[in-house]
Amino acid sequence: MGIPQLLVHDHEDNVGVVVVEDLQAGTEMMCVVTHDNSDFRLTAKADIPIGHKVALKPLKAGDTVIKYGEDIGKMVGDADVGDHVHTHNCKTKRW
Amino acid sequence: MALDFSNATVKAWRRENGRVGVRNHVLILPVDDISNAACEAVANNVKGTMAIPHAYGRLQFGEDLDLHFRTIIGTGANPNVAAVVVIGIEPEWTKVIVDGIAKTGKPVTGFSIEQKGDFETIRQAGWKAKEYVHWASELQKEDCPVSDLWISTKCGESDTTTGLSSCPTVGNMYDKLLPHGIYGCFGETSEITGAEHICEKRAANPEAAAKFKKIWQAYSEDVIFAHQTDDLSDSQPTKGNILGGLTTIEEKALGNLEKIGRTSSYIDAMGPAEAPSKGPGLYFMDSSSAAAECVTLMAAGGYVIHTFPTGQGNVVGNPIVPVIKISGNPRTLRTMSEHIDVDVTGVLTREMTIDQAGDALIEMIVRTANGRMTAAEALGHREFSMTKLYRSA
Repeated sequence: MGIPQLLVHDHEDNVGVVVVEDLQAGTEMMCVVTHDNSDFRLTAKADIPIGHKVALKPLKAGDTVIKYGEDIGKMVGDADVGDHVHTHNCKTKRW
Repeated sequence: MALDFSNATVKAWRRENGRVGVRNHVLILPVDDISNAACEAVANNVKGTMAIPHAYGRLQFGEDLDLHFRTIIGTGANPNVAAVVVIGIEPEWTKVIVDGIAKTGKPVTGFSIEQKGDFETIRQAGWKAKEYVHWASELQKEDCPVSDLWISTKCGESDTTTGLSSCPTVGNMYDKLLPHGIYGCFGETSEITGAEHICEKRAANPEAAAKFKKIWQAYSEDVIFAHQTDDLSDSQPTKGNILGGLTTIEEKALGNLEKIGRTSSYIDAMGPAEAPSKGPGLYFMDSSSAAAECVTLMAAGGYVIHTFPTGQGNVVGNPIVPVIKISGNPRTLRTMSEHIDVDVTGVLTREMTIDQAGDALIEMIVRTANGRMTAAEALGHREFSMTKLYRSA
């Protein structure tokens, strides 16, 4: 299967985590869901640093971001599939 | 096949009160900040001793003073400590510390500086410290079951890789060792924010759940809402967390909670630096998420080994407790591997399962208990940070 570039905790998640350094835009990533080791492919739309998140589905401002199968915050901007999701477009709902 | 740890033993020191220690320190322990210099002078004169200077201990009162005493007494009482010389500016609070440590049955003597000065105190305390070093250095290790170890955890400089690899590694260790009768401890009250509903459900009984909820609620109201300027966004997640890819406090909290595994549940929620009182099992401790403060509180609670997952590379250590660092971040292993004891990068490349990572951590716990110095010990990390609840009088 090769070494994955993206790991996803749970099938319900709409974001995954880049787990390799120097990921370039346009890379067709090998993605693995750690819950059951199933895999899929996804193309990165940006250079995304290791540890940072990638949208697995089209996300609009106001959408809930799901990771670990849980609510981790809301989108405050849009992200297409393969886009970088971080503090520029995602925020906690708490404060 | 999973390793069987039910009959595993380590070579360690059985203390007067029956507890097992994995280090054999002779401490020169200041009651207060102004006794640091005398303690450091004694530790300089008598090799094989260690002073633990700290910032507070004068004009504290109420709950804050209780916590100060509990932290200092708990540090001296920790089974990793063979004997203690206590030095304070005046005799009364010095006696409080000495009497607290003496309950363990270990050798402890107090000295106070007023009416004597530093020179005479250092001379008298030096003789006692030398006597303790000779005595402690001849104490023999014996075979002790792994189940007698008290193992705490707290993560630091977390990123998204800690939730994927190093935190579930600690969780797997707890799932395997707690059934054998170890004591476990997790905390970081502020870092549960965002996953408090999940943490509440992981209590073994309704009393523990209610105590946890009360502690968490009090923290939110007394600390966050009382002192916030806008929100916690600039410190929780930290700048390091954000660089590592963590975006929200909820995301950080969910990764943090991976440390308590899949099957483990906590039997009690306790105050900072309190010793567990309900028998073997997992405990929640009300504690800061700042690494040195948290490890100091858990050490004062009596825990003898600390497991510390890190993503971006926290370098913290503790004077008396070996801190085992676990990381799965390949960049951290590439750029600062001197700080990491257990490399679980294989979890991210899918070349190592969480089960195998958990076994690797348990193996390192056994080696550390047998005497292997941790990265933090080898690098001289001895961070000892008192938790202060409010201003002194």
